[in-house]
Amino acid sequence: MQDRVKFSSQRGLGLALTIPTLVAVFGTVLVPFVNSFWLSLHRRDIGRPHLDGFIGLGNYLKLLQDDRFLNSLEVTVVFSVTSVILELMLGVAIALVLNEKFKGRGFVRGLIILPWAMPSIVNAAMWQWIYNADHGALNALLSQLGLIDGYKVWLANPLTAKSLIILANVWKETPFTVLLVLAALQGIPDDIFDAAKVDGASAWQRFWTVTLRLLTPVIMVAGFLQLLWGFQTFELAYIITGGGPASANELLALRIYTQTFNSLRFGYGASIAYLTGLIILIPSIYYIRAAYRSVVEY
Amino acid sequence: MANHTNFRRMGRQVLLYLAVLIIIFWTVAPYLWLIISSFSYRIDLLQVPLRWIPARVTLDNYYELFFSRGGTNANASLFLRALGNSGVIASSTTLICLLLGVLSAYALSRLKFPGSRVYMVLMLIVQMIPPIAIIIPLYVILRRFELLDTRYGLILVYLSFILPLVVWLMRSYFGAIPSELEDAARIDGCTRLGALFRIILPLSGPGLVSVAVFAFIAAWNEYLYAFVLTTAAAKTLPVLVGEFSTKLGLEYLRIAAAGVLASLPPVILALVFQRFIIRGLTAGAVK
Repeated sequence: MQDRVKFSSQRGLGLALTIPTLVAVFGTVLVPFVNSFWLSLHRRDIGRPHLDGFIGLGNYLKLLQDDRFLNSLEVTVVFSVTSVILELMLGVAIALVLNEKFKGRGFVRGLIILPWAMPSIVNAAMWQWIYNADHGALNALLSQLGLIDGYKVWLANPLTAKSLIILANVWKETPFTVLLVLAALQGIPDDIFDAAKVDGASAWQRFWTVTLRLLTPVIMVAGFLQLLWGFQTFELAYIITGGGPASANELLALRIYTQTFNSLRFGYGASIAYLTGLIILIPSIYYIRAAYRSVVEY
Repeated sequence: MANHTNFRRMGRQVLLYLAVLIIIFWTVAPYLWLIISSFSYRIDLLQVPLRWIPARVTLDNYYELFFSRGGTNANASLFLRALGNSGVIASSTTLICLLLGVLSAYALSRLKFPGSRVYMVLMLIVQMIPPIAIIIPLYVILRRFELLDTRYGLILVYLSFILPLVVWLMRSYFGAIPSELEDAARIDGCTRLGALFRIILPLSGPGLVSVAVFAFIAAWNEYLYAFVLTTAAAKTLPVLVGEFSTKLGLEYLRIAAAGVLASLPPVILALVFQRFIIRGLTAGAVK
């Protein structure tokens, strides 16, 4: 009897404490997410309201033949995959260096967090200024080093513009990988390396067979999360080139924004947005499952 | 032979310090250049070849953000308002998320009630839904409730991505605190909520700090929602910086000054509380 009373009070308190959060999350994420799908099944152009109406999968079918959308998809995949590869390689390399013993190690480790903490919009504005054709630091640096003859308009060329936007992204996002990998490295006991040393493995072999293998889980997590974030990037392309030159840097988020809020095609914009959401959400199931398992076990 | 190993060890040391220097340069140089630019005279930065350390410094670029000069007073009041909005929105979001998040996390880590596991999964799934996929309905909903371009509207929207993270992180901190202490207090007649506030919260100080810093930085730095959902009255600092750099084309130095000011709170918080943040990052990502 007493047990039952206790249980029901736990139950009541548990629900009472969690319901406010649940309501907030339902109202601000789940309702809009469902609503977004509903909207994407409609034609809804603020400019031509007389044509509004339910069109089923019409918007999605149109997407498959929309060259601008397909271009955005390709641009986004190239941008995020390249960024992630560079962030992981650079991140692991930096973490390995910072895991060595040297003077001022604590200070340098602290410094690493700086790009992570910066607002992404300031990051975008900062690199826009560095890449400036007439007075930018990039031109000044390269010409003073004698690598280029005269100042170049880097952002006018699709390939260099793409590379430079990726560089700006890599600068900001790499610290996340560094911090995760560094934390994982500190959890690896020294004995493992000593054992490998005794076995006569060279430093290079030790890296490939021991370190990298032990780091694989953390690298997977970092890579996955950064792929997610890369896929949603908006401000870098918007600020640095406005998506240009031509549509070379028109990331999906940018395309959704212009279709919805400039062209006022809410239904069509919602269909791109929803598709982007699904592309991100489906691989997340793997991550959610792994994270959930770690919670249940612990 | 001994000489040879010494030599190799020294070579290794030199390489290590060289690598460290490159890392420091790579991390700091771009931001340092933004700071230098913000304290420079325009004319000095237009020189070719460029002098990296300017011969003289000025506060003009900052002065113009805060005080009107001649006909540009519109800019000054815009900046002050954006600063105020950012401060109010980020702090309110942090407080609300901490309050709601702590209560939920406590329930999830200590109480048995139906649906608690589904709840945890929900908090994870919600974090994976990208803002861009829900921003259009949010815009429509806020417009219907006349919350577009208001601080309330933006605070509400910020709960969507910060609250689930706070719940998730706080739950892992609470889980690490042994429940024996709490049990003892309850035997002494303390209620569950009393135990939460008298025993658990004081013990999870570092966790609370780390979560609060996370929430504040996330809210302060957010751009996309603020950009789409505010137009004038509730415009935040990131939106203003974005506007400067798309519309003020040639005013690089004022953009630099605004950028430095906008980045100072998160950068300082991150540098001061780095230990807490690193713990939070690893807890949030790996767990």
